[in-house]
Amino acid sequence: MQASANGHRPGRLRARYPARYSAFGLLRHGLTDQDWPPAWRPRPMKASYDVVIIGGGVHGLAAAYYLAANHGITDVAVLDKGYLGSGGSGRNTAILRSNYLTPEGVRFYDRSIKLYQRLAASLDFNVMFSQRGHLTLAHSDASLRTMRWRAEVNKFEGVDSEVIGAAEVKRLVPFLDVSPAARYPVLGALWHPPGGIIRHDAVVWGYARGAAARGVHLHQNTEVTGIDVAGQKVRGVRTSQGDIATRVVLNATAGWCTLISDMAGVPLPVQTFPLQAAVTEPVKPFLSTVIVSGTLHVYVSQTDRGELVFGASVDPFTSYSMRGSLEFIEGLAGHVLELMPALTKVRVLRQWAGLCDMTPDFSPIMGSTPVDGFLTDVGWGTYGFKAGPVSGEAMAECIASGRTPEIIAAFGLDRFASGALVGEKGAAAVGH
Amino acid sequence: MILLPCAWCGPRDAAEFQHVGELVARPDPRTASQQQWRVYLYLRANRRDWTVETWYHRMGCRRYIQVERHTETNEVRHAGTSGVTGAAGVTGTAESAGPPGAASPAGPAGSAG
Repeated sequence: MQASANGHRPGRLRARYPARYSAFGLLRHGLTDQDWPPAWRPRPMKASYDVVIIGGGVHGLAAAYYLAANHGITDVAVLDKGYLGSGGSGRNTAILRSNYLTPEGVRFYDRSIKLYQRLAASLDFNVMFSQRGHLTLAHSDASLRTMRWRAEVNKFEGVDSEVIGAAEVKRLVPFLDVSPAARYPVLGALWHPPGGIIRHDAVVWGYARGAAARGVHLHQNTEVTGIDVAGQKVRGVRTSQGDIATRVVLNATAGWCTLISDMAGVPLPVQTFPLQAAVTEPVKPFLSTVIVSGTLHVYVSQTDRGELVFGASVDPFTSYSMRGSLEFIEGLAGHVLELMPALTKVRVLRQWAGLCDMTPDFSPIMGSTPVDGFLTDVGWGTYGFKAGPVSGEAMAECIASGRTPEIIAAFGLDRFASGALVGEKGAAAVGH
Repeated sequence: MILLPCAWCGPRDAAEFQHVGELVARPDPRTASQQQWRVYLYLRANRRDWTVETWYHRMGCRRYIQVERHTETNEVRHAGTSGVTGAAGVTGTAESAGPPGAASPAGPAGSAG
């Protein structure tokens, strides 16, 4: 078989779509002047699908991927009103960690980190996961005590976390102001070596490519305008591109989840808050860990390109607006300088906002609802990106088997009726 | 900057206020069913539209005002006192307006740690 001009063998390309990426392929392709073949191809929308997933972010695409890869369910459509990854998946600060407070939370996020570790190989897509370690700073005795608690829960669940002193923090981050004269002195930190950062767009694209290769249809610019429910059963979805008949709908729309859920007549205890983030101009590498300060409401990491990425807590009022505010950037800059005064001359390049679907107990809402065939994977608030793979895996199992997997049993919508709230507030509200 | 028209202080920066949230009538705890109480505690409309909500002027007159705000554009077109009847026929009472935080369980609440 002859290699074509773009370095791919035409016969095998059709048989093994998409082409496998490899170092040899990169070298061979680099010698040609051709574009890479598309990672996935758009397909015409069908009149019916077995499963319709609303929301083309990391959660929706991961669910589609695992439905096809783990359960052989390939008659699946993923709908997004914008482009893939245009919501929270492309707006978060790409921090991964599993040092939560409740055993349910630790187990859940640890599974996600393990999936992320293998993701590049299983998707054949470089997601650039850098496990550089994650530091949560303690500025008071109370937060130090909570961190000891978290470290013990983590160790019990087999997750690497420990409390370290200020001197050790200074050794890990020499630019950090750990002097006792600081307004919020650093007393210690929760050190979590498996934490790190990842390329969030690559995660979205990798899942999209993997799902499309297995037969999943991805429909961008397709806004859901209604959900047909008859006799408490899902019958279909109406979209801006036409109607689809289906028995199973998964709502994975994060900040917009109540708008979709209301269409099916399922009220959700969710309020939408914007969360803002910012990035600076690139500087030389000096920060090798992720730094989080709950007291100062800020988290900082340095990307491979040298930019510093800052995030904060959610805005103080509900909104669907994704515009940045001057109050935010003023406050954020002040907090970052409290931590690292050497950054005074570094300029902020841009800021943006994403939408967070906050629940009363800072834990997600996953699984079935009173409407048969309408499932939710929402309420992901400020911590959804790091949970993408495990959520996709669990929701795929939930759809395929019709039963709620053990790992998400605590996160059902019925907990608000039974009163069994999860209470992950201490670990999830600010720290990323 | 978002300006909220306080009924007592005039237009002021929204940063002076605490967002209390959508108006939700508090059921009588002696007669309310569990379901009614859950709805009062947890369920909000979370509309992407004009919505009537309560704000507390924490760094000003320390009184509650009602504001009509579009949740996508953050445009504000009406404000009043906490006793004013809002849109959608919801009557705001002193009970439904306070205390701060009671009507927004999912609020950020300045959580640390």
